[in-house]
Amino acid sequence: MSLLRLIVLLAGAALLAACDSEQNDPYPAAERGQAILYSAFTERPKHLDPAQSYTEDENTFIAQIYEPPLQYHYLKRPYTLIPGAAEQVPTPVYYDAAGKRLPADAPAASIARSVYEIRLRPGIRYQPHPAFAVGDDGRPVYETIDAAMLAKVERIADFPRTGTRELTADDYIYQIKRLAHPHLHSPIFGMMAAHIVGLRELGDALQQAAKANPDAWLDLDRFPLPGVERIDRSTYRVTLKGKYPQFLYWLAMPFFAPVPREVDRFYSQPGMAAKNLSLDWYPVGTGPFMLTENNPNRRMVLDRNPNFHGETYPCEGEAGDREAGLLADCGKPLPLIDRAVFSREKESIPYWNKFLQGYYDASGIASDSFDQAVRLAVGGDVALTDEMQAKGIRLLTSVRTSTFYMGFNLLDPVVGGKDGVGEARARKLRQAVSIAVDQEEFISIFMNGRGIPAMSPLPPGIFGFVEGEGGINPVVYDWIDGRARRKSVEAARTLLAEAGWPNGRDAKTGEPLVLNLDTTGGGMGDKSRLDWLTRQFAKIDIQLVVRSTDFNRFQEKLRKGAVQLYYLGWNADYPDPENFFFLLAGAESKVAQGGENASNYASPAFDRLFAEMKDMDNTPQRLDIVRRMNRLLQEDAPWVFGFHPKSYTLGHAWLLNRKPNDVANNILKYQRIDVAARAAARHAWNAPVLWPLAALLAVGLAILVPAVVAYRRRERRNARGNDGR
Amino acid sequence: MSIQPVLLWSDALIWLLVLGVVAFGWASSRTPPLRAAWRRVGRNRPGMAAATVLLVFVLIGLLDSLHYRPPLANRTPDQPAAYSIEVLSALDALAAPLRTRMEKTYSAPLATRAYAKESIEVRDAGGAVHAVRDFPRLAFGGAHLGEDEAQRDADVLGRVLAAEVVALALILVVSGVGAVLLARRQAIPWPQAVRRLWRGDTDIAWNAVLFSLGALALTAAPLLALCVDYHVFGTDKVGQDVFYQVLKSVRTALVIGLVTTLVTLPIAVALGILAGYWRGWVDDLIQYLYTTLSSIPGVLLIAAAVLMMQVVIDTHPQWFATAAERADLRLLALCLILGMTSWTGLCRLLRGETLKLRELEYIQAAQAFGVADLRILARHILPNLMHLVIIALVMDFSGLVLSEAVLSYVGIGVDPTTISFGTMINNARMELAREPMVWWSLAAAFSFMFALVLAANVLADAVRDAFDPRAAVA
Amino acid sequence: MFAYLVRRLLYAIPILIGVNLITFALFFIVNTPDDMARMQLGVKRVTAEAIEKWKAERGYDKPLFVNAQASGVGVVTETIFFTKSARLFVGDFGRAEDGRDIAREIRTRMGPSLAIALPTFVLGLFVTVCLALMLAFFRATPLDFWGVVLCVAMMSISGLFYIIGGQYLISKLWRLVPISGFSAGLDAWKFLILPVLIGVVSGIGSSTRWYRTIFLEEIGKDYVRTARAKGLSELAVLFRHVLRNALIPILTGVVVVIPLLFMGSLLTESFFGIPGLGSYTIDAIQAQDFAVVRAMVFIGSVLYIVGLILTDLSYSWVDPRIRFES
Repeated sequence: MSLLRLIVLLAGAALLAACDSEQNDPYPAAERGQAILYSAFTERPKHLDPAQSYTEDENTFIAQIYEPPLQYHYLKRPYTLIPGAAEQVPTPVYYDAAGKRLPADAPAASIARSVYEIRLRPGIRYQPHPAFAVGDDGRPVYETIDAAMLAKVERIADFPRTGTRELTADDYIYQIKRLAHPHLHSPIFGMMAAHIVGLRELGDALQQAAKANPDAWLDLDRFPLPGVERIDRSTYRVTLKGKYPQFLYWLAMPFFAPVPREVDRFYSQPGMAAKNLSLDWYPVGTGPFMLTENNPNRRMVLDRNPNFHGETYPCEGEAGDREAGLLADCGKPLPLIDRAVFSREKESIPYWNKFLQGYYDASGIASDSFDQAVRLAVGGDVALTDEMQAKGIRLLTSVRTSTFYMGFNLLDPVVGGKDGVGEARARKLRQAVSIAVDQEEFISIFMNGRGIPAMSPLPPGIFGFVEGEGGINPVVYDWIDGRARRKSVEAARTLLAEAGWPNGRDAKTGEPLVLNLDTTGGGMGDKSRLDWLTRQFAKIDIQLVVRSTDFNRFQEKLRKGAVQLYYLGWNADYPDPENFFFLLAGAESKVAQGGENASNYASPAFDRLFAEMKDMDNTPQRLDIVRRMNRLLQEDAPWVFGFHPKSYTLGHAWLLNRKPNDVANNILKYQRIDVAARAAARHAWNAPVLWPLAALLAVGLAILVPAVVAYRRRERRNARGNDGR
Repeated sequence: MSIQPVLLWSDALIWLLVLGVVAFGWASSRTPPLRAAWRRVGRNRPGMAAATVLLVFVLIGLLDSLHYRPPLANRTPDQPAAYSIEVLSALDALAAPLRTRMEKTYSAPLATRAYAKESIEVRDAGGAVHAVRDFPRLAFGGAHLGEDEAQRDADVLGRVLAAEVVALALILVVSGVGAVLLARRQAIPWPQAVRRLWRGDTDIAWNAVLFSLGALALTAAPLLALCVDYHVFGTDKVGQDVFYQVLKSVRTALVIGLVTTLVTLPIAVALGILAGYWRGWVDDLIQYLYTTLSSIPGVLLIAAAVLMMQVVIDTHPQWFATAAERADLRLLALCLILGMTSWTGLCRLLRGETLKLRELEYIQAAQAFGVADLRILARHILPNLMHLVIIALVMDFSGLVLSEAVLSYVGIGVDPTTISFGTMINNARMELAREPMVWWSLAAAFSFMFALVLAANVLADAVRDAFDPRAAVA
Repeated sequence: MFAYLVRRLLYAIPILIGVNLITFALFFIVNTPDDMARMQLGVKRVTAEAIEKWKAERGYDKPLFVNAQASGVGVVTETIFFTKSARLFVGDFGRAEDGRDIAREIRTRMGPSLAIALPTFVLGLFVTVCLALMLAFFRATPLDFWGVVLCVAMMSISGLFYIIGGQYLISKLWRLVPISGFSAGLDAWKFLILPVLIGVVSGIGSSTRWYRTIFLEEIGKDYVRTARAKGLSELAVLFRHVLRNALIPILTGVVVVIPLLFMGSLLTESFFGIPGLGSYTIDAIQAQDFAVVRAMVFIGSVLYIVGLILTDLSYSWVDPRIRFES
C-alpha cells in the first residue's frame, strides 16, 4: 500500500513540476532573465583578506572587489601592465648609497634604493559599507557596537546604515603595513620585508605590541613605516632596497590593494569575529563588484558596486581580437553584468553536466569529459566536436604560465653525484632519465594533449621562451623534419651505461639501480599515472619505486632532503623569467635555506647569471643571459622538464568577451551575457524525460495488484476459518 | 633462473587463516554441537551454492597470496643474481598474458581497435607521410586476427561455443564422478545415486554445489577462452586489462573481509569474556573502553588512524624493500583499523552472553568445586560462545568488503597502488561522464563485487540459521 | 528515572574525556603543529619564522600533554591538550584553523544535513517497515521468497553504485531534477528528492530483511495465535500486536542513530554538493583542520551517548514493564 502511495506522491510531484521545461534548473525562478553570470568554484576560498589570499581560488573573488594600483591589459599579449587605480604606471627613480639620483640605465649594483611614486585617480569611491556610515555629528555610526546591537546582526547587510568615502593614499599605506601584521601571516611578508625599507622592523614592532596587549586592536597608523611615504591625499611613495623591477607586478596584486583604517577598526570590535564579520569574510573595495553573499559552502554572490568610478571596455587588443568579436563592446562602461553567482561544485561530473545543460556559462574541461568536447584535428590543432558546435559552444585555449617537472634532489648520492659517486656520472644518469620519461606520451594519455612538453622552465608567454629549433632542449631532443623529436631509448641507455649503470646494473657490483620517486598521492586516479611512470623507467632498466605520501610529509621530506625524485609544479606569480629561475637558484636551496629550490641545485655559473638577469629589463642582453641559463639547466638536468599545461575553457555562445587570461584575475567586469539567447537554449536543452516515471508506476501496479488479490483471497479464507498457514 | 619468494605480512596472515580454518574444521568435527551445526549448513542449498562460489574466489585469492620476485635478466653471465623490485604472485604468473599485454589507453571489451580516434601517420603510395584520424588498431586485442578484423565476431562466437561445450562436458564428468562415488559409498546402483544427487537427497546439498559449479564453469570458460587473445572486459585509461584488475581485486577484498575480523577477534573475545566473567571493575573498565571507542564516529577514527599509519610508513622507508611491501602494510593497517572500529559490537555481545552463561548452574557448580577460572573459561564458556564468533565472522565479511570501496572514495582506503574494487570504482567513476561512456571498468568491478558480496551474504544467512540456537529451536 | 538520567550523564564525562584523548593522540601523531602551520599558511614562500609566529598565536607552541617547565597545576593545564579540549565541554568549539568560528559553521551546516538526513530516515523507516510487514504478511509465498532474494541482492550492491547510477539516470539522462546543489528555504525540495530517494532505496535491502525477521519472530509467538483465534483480521494482528511488540528490537537499532543524523552523510553530501556537516567533516580531514575534526568527533560522541540514553528511555515508553530504578 505504502509503496503505491509513495509512487503516486513522487509521480505527482514530478508531474506538477513538469509543467515547465527547466525543472532541473538549480537557480531560483526569480533570477531568470537577468544579466547574471553563473560559474562554479571547487575549492572554498580560505581567505578573502587581501593581505592573505594568494591562490587562484581566492583571487577569483577578491580581484573583482579590490583595485590595486595597477592591472593587466585584458586583451594585449604579452601581458602588459596598465594603470588600475593609479593614474599611470610608475617609473622607479634610482638612488645610490649616498642618496644621489641615478639614471634609469644605471648598473644594478650601484643602485641602493628605488622609489616608486604612485598617484591615484581622483573620484574613486568605496562600495557602500556600514564602516563608512557617518552620523549627523560627523562621527562613524558604528564606531562602537554594543552587544545588544550585535545580537540583531548576522550578516553585514543587517546593518541598517551604510556610507562611502573617497579612496585615499592612506588606505594603500595602511594595507602595506598590514602585510607586517602578526595576526595576518601574510604569505609575502618575508619576501617583501627583504625589499621594502623598514617593513621588517615594523613587523617586529607590531609583534611586540601584539604580545603586550594580545586582544587589543593594533592601530597601524601609530607605527611608522619609513619605506612608504604619504605625499598628499592621493599620492604615496614606496622605497625599495636596491633594484627590483618585478615590484611593478606585485603592484597589480591584491596584496597592494587599499584597506581603509576605519574598516579595519570596524571589524576589530569585540564579538564581530565570532559572527564571521571580518575583512576576511566581507571584503570592502572600490572595484566593479562587491561581495553580497558569502556562503563558501554553497555559493558566493558578487553584485555590481553602485559607487564604481567607471571604466570602459578596451578598444585595442592583439591581432585577431577584432575578428573574434572581442572589441565589439569598445568604449562601453564596465561592468557589463549586474551580478555573478558562483556555486560550489566539488565533483566534476555534476559540474560538467550542469554546463552542458546551460546552467554554467563557462567551464573548464576535466580530462575525462575531454573526448566529448574536443577532438584533435590533423596536425595537433584542436577543434570542438560536432555535438559541442551544435550547441554553439566555443573553445578558448591558452598555455598557462606554469610548469610541471620531476625534480632530482641533487644532495642524493646516486642522482646528485655526492659522496664520491661523481657529478659527471650523476649528470648522465639524469640526462638518461630525462630522455626516457616520454612527456609527449604523458601529455597525450593523461592530459588529452592539453599541454606542451617543456624544454626549459620557461613556458610560452614568458620573456625568454624561444619557439622552434632554437628553443629545444638539445640533451633530450633532436630537430628533425622541422619538429623536435625525442631521442631514442637507445641514446638513453648509452648515457646510462656511460654513467656506470649498463643495463640498469652497477658496472662494478651488479646491483640493480633502484630509484625512489616521492609524490603527493592525492586522488585514487594516481594509480594509472604511477604505473605509467614505472614503465617509463623500466624502458631503460631502472627500477622505480613510487612513494605517494600526504602533502605535509612530502614537504617535510623535501625540507630534509630525504627524497631522490619528486614531482612538483609551479604557477607563476607574475610573467617574468625570474619567477621561474629562482626555483633553481642556489640561494633558494630548500635544505640549506628553506627556500623554494627543492632540487637543491647549486651551480655557481647559474647563480651568477641569475643575479645578473633578475634585475635587468627585457633587453636583448637579458634574452642572451636567459638562453645561457637554459643551456646550463638542460645540460645539468636538475629537473626532468615536464610540460606546460594548456587551459581549455568552454564558453557558451551567450557568454561574450571571454578571453583566457592566466595572470590577471579581475576579468569579470569585461564579461557580457546575452540573456535572451541563454534562456532560449536552456529551454531547448532541458526537456525532461517522463516515461520512466510512468514505467515506474506501471511496475509498482504490476507488483501491487497481485499482492492485493492474494490478500483478498487470504482474508476470505481466514473468514472461512482456515489459517493461511 | 631462480626466483626469490616473498612472504608479505598479509600472505602470512592469510595462510595462518587457512591453517586456522583447517584446525577449526578438525576441532569442530570432534565437537557434536558444532558438527551438527555444520551439517545444517551443509544441507542448506543456497548456502552451499554460495560456499562454492566463495571457494572459487578464495582459490583466486590464495593463488594471489604466493608472492615472489622474479630475477632480472643477466646480460653478462658473471653478474650476481639480482631480483626485480616488482613483487609478483602465482596468479600474476598464470595471468602473465593479461598482465603484460598493455594497450595505450581505453579499449572496449573484445575490441580490436582503440576507443578514441587518434592521429595516425600513414605513408601513402607516393611515400609521403600524412596524418589520418582513425581508431588505432590495438597492439594485442584480437592481434591474432591480423588484418582480418571482420572475422572477430565469428571468432568470438566460435570460441564461446567451444568453451561452453568443454564446460558442459566438464560438469557432466564431475557430476558423473560424484554419482559414482555416492553410489559406492551408499552401496546403491548408480542411477539411483544420480537421482538422489539431482534431488538433493544427500547429507550435503551436493546438487547445489554441482549446480553452482556448473554455472561458474559456464561463465568462466568463455572468459578464459577469450581472455588470451582479447581484452574481455576492455582496458582502462593506461591500457591495463580490466579482467586482470578484477582478478587482483579479489585478494584485496578477501584480505579486508577476513583478516580484519581475524586480527581483532582475540581482543574482542578476550575482553568480552573477561568483562562478563569477572564483572566488577574489570567490567567497568572494559565497558568504558568500548563505549569510548564506539562513540567516536567511525569514519573519523578510521581517517585519523589511516593517516597516522601512513606517517609511520612514510617515516620508515627502510622497512620496505619493495613497493608491494609498503602497500601490503597499508592494507594490513587498514584491516587493523577497520577491526578497531568493529570489535566493540562483538565484544558487547560476548560480554552479555558470558554474563548469562556464568549464572548457569553447572558453571556455578564448577566454581563452587574450586575449578580454576581459566579452566572454566576454556572448557565451558568459550565453546559456548563459538557460535556467536562464527556468526560475527561471516556477517562482517560483506560489510567490510563494501566499506573498503567507500573508504577508498574518501581517500583513506587501501594504498593507491593496490588494485582493489574500491580503487577500480574510484578510477572508473569519472569515466561515466565521458561521451561515449566508458562503462566496462565500473561494470566489471561492480558485478564481481556483487557476486562476492552476494555469495558472502547468502552463506552468512545459512551459517547464522545453522548456528543461532534460537533459529535452531524454531 | 531522574536519578538514572543523572547517572548516565555523569558517566558520559569520562567517556568524552577518553574520546578527546584518543582523537588528540591520533591527530598529533600524524600532525606536528609545524605541519598544521604549513597547511594553513599555504605552499608558496613559507618561512620558518612565519611558522613559529603562527604556532605562538594559535597556542600550539606548548607541549602536548605534560608541561615540565610549568609548576603546580600548570604541569597539566599549560599544555595543548588541556587548553584545546577543556573548552569543548562548555560548548565552546573555538575557531577553525582558518580563523572561522566553528560553532557558527556547525549551526549553518546543520540545516542542510538535517534536510537530507531526516526525510531519508523517516521515509526509509516507513518504507522498510511497510515492506517488511508486507513480506511478513505474505510469508511462505513466492512473493516473500523473491522479496527476500531481492533484499539480499540489494544489500550486496555497493552504496556508491546507487549514487552513481541514480545521478546518471535521473539527473543526466532524464533531466528530472538538478544534478547537484542546494538551496535554502522551500526551493530545496528539488535538490532533495534525488539524494533522499537514493538514501531510501539503498537502505531498503538490509533493513527490510532485518525487520521481516523481527516480525516473523513475533508472529510465531503464542499471543499472536491467541489474537488470531479471537477472530481479528490478519492486518489488525499485524498492526496492533506484531508491530507494537516488534518495536523494541527495531528501536534499539534505530533510536541510537537519530541524534547522529545531525552529523550528515559523508558520501551523499559530497556527491550532491550539499553544504552539510558530512562534507564539512571530510573537508576538515583533508585539510587537516584539527580544531574542526576535534569538534566533530566531540559532537559525534555526545550525540551517540544521547542516542544510547534515548534508546533506554524509549524502551520504557514502548514497554511499560521496563523501569529504571537503581
